Amino acid sequence: MVVNRDGPILVEGPVEVVDEDGTTTRSDRFVTAICTCRRSRTHPWCDTSHRRRKPAVEPSRSGPDDRERPTGEEGPRP
Amino acid sequence: MTTTPATDPPSHAASPALPSARGPLSEAVLAVLAGRATALPGTGVVRRADPYGEDLHLLLYVLYELHYQGFDGTDERLEWDPALLTVRAAAEDVFLDALRHDGGTGGQDVSATVEALLVEPVGDDGHGVSHHLQRQGELWQLREYAAVRSLYHLKEADPHLWVVPRLRGRAKAAMVAVEFDEFGAGRAEDVHARLFADLMADLGLDPRYGRYLDAAPAEALATVNMMSLFGLHRRLRGALVGHFAAVEITSSPGSRRLAAALRRAGAGPASQRFYDEHVEADAVHEQVVRREVIGGLLADEPGLAGDLVFGIEATEHLEDRLAGHLLAAWRAGRTALRTPLTDTP
Repeated sequence: MVVNRDGPILVEGPVEVVDEDGTTTRSDRFVTAICTCRRSRTHPWCDTSHRRRKPAVEPSRSGPDDRERPTGEEGPRP
Repeated sequence: MTTTPATDPPSHAASPALPSARGPLSEAVLAVLAGRATALPGTGVVRRADPYGEDLHLLLYVLYELHYQGFDGTDERLEWDPALLTVRAAAEDVFLDALRHDGGTGGQDVSATVEALLVEPVGDDGHGVSHHLQRQGELWQLREYAAVRSLYHLKEADPHLWVVPRLRGRAKAAMVAVEFDEFGAGRAEDVHARLFADLMADLGLDPRYGRYLDAAPAEALATVNMMSLFGLHRRLRGALVGHFAAVEITSSPGSRRLAAALRRAGAGPASQRFYDEHVEADAVHEQVVRREVIGGLLADEPGLAGDLVFGIEATEHLEDRLAGHLLAAWRAGRTALRTPLTDTP
């Protein structure tokens, strides 16, 4: 198990997490990231909601060529 | 330059048909792949091509495709044809020079570059495709997005496998673990490419491999060509790993927005499943890639730091170009594809 201050707990799978209300959630993934920030919308698994945020740059009025580099834009997912 | 004449029987019928040419370079190469001609463009002409142009990127795409599923009726031996490889090398030089010049900063600081990817913009900054689709995406835009992305997602994680024999120890073990997950962890129904095909069917798209190649603009071809380029060359292994990290790190929040967009547009359960799976899977993959794949590779080969940074930056550069193209078209109310979708949802 890997614990770090600013992210999820990493546990080798398969894992069963039992919630306060007795609900059991299972993951067969080779490693599971368990949310510790309590902000995940896919609890008990991490959905990267713990990440630091920065204010968005105002949308450009003059079109997509006149723009600053976006950060964290999605790419194709392997 | 000429190629070896084709004598083998045509390849299996499941391979897609050859696409239509987009200029003289791709036309010449497609004629050779179809067995109709043997003359190829000279490397000098290829080197003068627009590095982001339709013609050059279709040429690269079809030559790379010989290493994936090939084309129906194309001699499978052309994959290693020396004359075609010479043309491809010239096209790769043009593309790679542009990526290094326009995308790369020449930086060596892997941690800082990765950290920058870990900071999420709050709300829509006007540049993100997933932000746009989540906030105001219409169903036709989601279908176009899926058609464009199908070029990659139907070969999801394939080009990244090529780096495995070039890695060692920690980096290799972790890379294979993540790839195993991408390929469904032993279950065919969970292979990510299969989940994407299900999503396409859900959106009323044709899920057959290569179906939307003719529709996809150069900006989309370039994102896939970059992966093939980095994957097929051992000397670019650092860039491949950097690219893979960039994708895994940015995927989870982007997938969350796309899942929300699909829910809002009333898409079916298979559409949502693809992105829901990626929210959860890529939150794990991000951690493993950062700690073990990047960490392991840098421990083995610290001299690859610059290439790791380049792989991340080149990915951002091409994703920015694709996002700019898609959003400009959609905001003007027109299709972002070369040929509009005819299938009905």
